Amino acid sequence: MTEFVLNVNGTPRVAEATPDTPLLWVLREQLGLKGTKFGCGVAACGACTVNIDGVAVRSCSFPVSAAGNRAITTVEGLSPDRSHVLQRAWIAEQVPQCGYCQSGMLMSANALLRAIASPSDAEIEAAITNICRCGTYTRVRKAIHRAAQLMKESQ
Amino acid sequence: MSAPAGAALACSLATLLVLAGCSGTERRASEGGAERGAEEFTRIAQVLKSPRCLNCHPMGNTPRQGDERRLHDFGVTRGPDDHGAPGLTCDSCHQDVNQQESGVPGARRWHLAPLRMGWEGLTDGELCRALLDPYKNGGRSVDDVVHHITEDSLVNWAWQPGDGRTPPPVARAEFNELVRAWANKGAACPPASG
Repeated sequence: MTEFVLNVNGTPRVAEATPDTPLLWVLREQLGLKGTKFGCGVAACGACTVNIDGVAVRSCSFPVSAAGNRAITTVEGLSPDRSHVLQRAWIAEQVPQCGYCQSGMLMSANALLRAIASPSDAEIEAAITNICRCGTYTRVRKAIHRAAQLMKESQ
Repeated sequence: MSAPAGAALACSLATLLVLAGCSGTERRASEGGAERGAEEFTRIAQVLKSPRCLNCHPMGNTPRQGDERRLHDFGVTRGPDDHGAPGLTCDSCHQDVNQQESGVPGARRWHLAPLRMGWEGLTDGELCRALLDPYKNGGRSVDDVVHHITEDSLVNWAWQPGDGRTPPPVARAEFNELVRAWANKGAACPPASG
């Protein structure tokens, strides 16, 4: 086992794991950040998506040893009071149904809006490949557009 | 273009390459050497046409995956810089090494070859010429091409692709010897039609 000091949601967090342990399991089982979900385990569904230095990363396929001091943001790190534009948009559009995939959706959307402030439908479809068994895709798209608008209005 | 004219062009190109790019590597354009170089390229092409290389050298904007060369899962696209779509870049899933738990392959700088470096559907001769064409090879000299395909970490990955993916049909060491021998003999190409 190796000790790692991870930069999670702006706070140094200590974890012990073998170097090839997927970040997902360190976040959930050692740091108690259960918002990040296990879905497929093969980087296909996107339920485990977090942001690392602002980029969407599927944490089931990211070894904890690769994190270094890079900034890891989980869904808990968006805001503690639902004030983040994505949280506001998600609530306004009533996006979730069962909700299991939604933290991954949110973190993928967060990375997309960081890359493209006002994405087109095509850009959303190219970037948000997360799987939702409830079929919330159209509401996800509407909420991303709404979040982009909220971002624009707040500037 | 007639076959003799094509052959003449190929010889001229090979001669130019020998003259322009021979620093650092001894090349012998001896009588018959070019033909032997072309023969070696057909063996080199077996590697370049393997799924490990072709999957990331597509003619279109979607990478392929697996030995069966299926379109990449969940509609992954090339993006503006060959590193994936903004918001879903290659390193969203592919890290510096193969991941044992998820099975996702990885190597440093995982990305698609630029569109002009697409190799799908090319004959051995066309592939050879594409490899030598500065417009299609990223402005590389013959030495640069040799260095890239014998040393590059992303190319190295092809021989360590992880479970469920077949390495190229020629061993890495043998492939490197073939590439250097091909270059030393003048980097000749098989006929474009073959």
